[in-house]
Amino acid sequence: MLEAFNFRVILEYMPLYLQCFLATLWLSALSLIGAISVGIIACAMRLSQSRAISRTAGVYIESIRSTPLLVQLYFFYFGLPSLGIMLPEWVTGVIALTLNSGAYYAEIIRAGIQAIAYGQIEAGIASGLNYFQRMRYIILPQALGMTIRPMLGQAIVLVKDSSLLSLISIMELTRAGQLLTSDRFMPTEGFVTTAAFYLLIYYLLKTFSSWSEKRLIFREAL
Amino acid sequence: MWSFYFHELMRSLPFFLKGLWMTVAVAGLGLIAATVIGFILGIVRAGRNKILRSIIGAWVDLIRGTPFLVQVFIVFFILPSAGIELEAFPAAVIALSNMGASFICEIVASGILAVPKGQREAATASGLSNYQQLRYIVLPQAMRSIIPPLVGQYVLIIKDSSVVSAIGVVDVTRVGWLTVQRIPEGLMVFGLVGILYFAICYPLINLSNYMERRMTVTATTL
Repeated sequence: MLEAFNFRVILEYMPLYLQCFLATLWLSALSLIGAISVGIIACAMRLSQSRAISRTAGVYIESIRSTPLLVQLYFFYFGLPSLGIMLPEWVTGVIALTLNSGAYYAEIIRAGIQAIAYGQIEAGIASGLNYFQRMRYIILPQALGMTIRPMLGQAIVLVKDSSLLSLISIMELTRAGQLLTSDRFMPTEGFVTTAAFYLLIYYLLKTFSSWSEKRLIFREAL
Repeated sequence: MWSFYFHELMRSLPFFLKGLWMTVAVAGLGLIAATVIGFILGIVRAGRNKILRSIIGAWVDLIRGTPFLVQVFIVFFILPSAGIELEAFPAAVIALSNMGASFICEIVASGILAVPKGQREAATASGLSNYQQLRYIVLPQAMRSIIPPLVGQYVLIIKDSSVVSAIGVVDVTRVGWLTVQRIPEGLMVFGLVGILYFAICYPLINLSNYMERRMTVTATTL
């Protein structure tokens, strides 16, 4: 199998791969920003005093977490047109990824906030810090230190999940592998190259995760 | 029109149940194999042999760093070129159990390492063999921190099994995809698919949360 590995084809398709690599990065980054925003909003709603608001966020989070991303993706891809909403494929893909990861980010942020002892906030009030100072110097550093690792973990999941967008024919890394398979019938070259690019992103994020763990040890403050 | 499609959908319900059965078969087989392989790898990974430990670690990173869809394509398209002909179903089970095993391996290894060292030392001092230590001292205690994330991992395996529809396994996601060609109401069709997944995954997620609460309580009262 390996002696037949054709590097020339990979070189020939390299421009396509680089283009698709950028597309994966771009789609993931866009969805990541969206997902963190949705996560913050959903988490705030979940922690709200009003039961109706808290329930709504709960239903959203639970139904996303209990169904596969692929089903959610098809739900939007086939469902939005039947409502008369026509969107380009990549917008549908980003919406599905955003809503999917948003539910997980809501849970991560909630765990981070609820882990801060209430005494910390009281001590801040007693020291005469105002709301923004408390947020800036007491709550956020601790919450960030505690959530940075699961947040980066979810970012890795999101990048990997973006591979499913190839199934609604969006050009990204996995689609490039599929093209090499259908054009030249070289699945080995195609998918191994695809996997290598994903591994590159994975190791970058993983290194950043362990670096931030060392740098941002706010945990010692606890 | 809507009620007509709804009627049509209800008529193809047996088709969906067949698909659900396929999902249960793929996920169930993958889950059992992943648990067995994952436990063996996890025990070795927490063991003393450094070479085996780093080989397993590298493999786990390789699996965690690439999307499951790419792994499915690699198993389905590349193993045949190495002379191993596979139908879609066994390819799906192999890919799923491989992915699951590498995640369960990490859960088991960190559960074993969380058992205090003194327990092992006491067991050695009492003259228990390596196997006896593992069987009677280490694993029973490690189980407490293994089981909640293990159930969570099962939910991920069931959800990820939807991805194998991409290589033509007629699971419930694939049934939805086929049905939506005939009944162009994406929201309705994939709403039904989502409900079927929800019915399986939601109780499991709650079970995992419940066990996490209970097992941490026993850990602190111990």
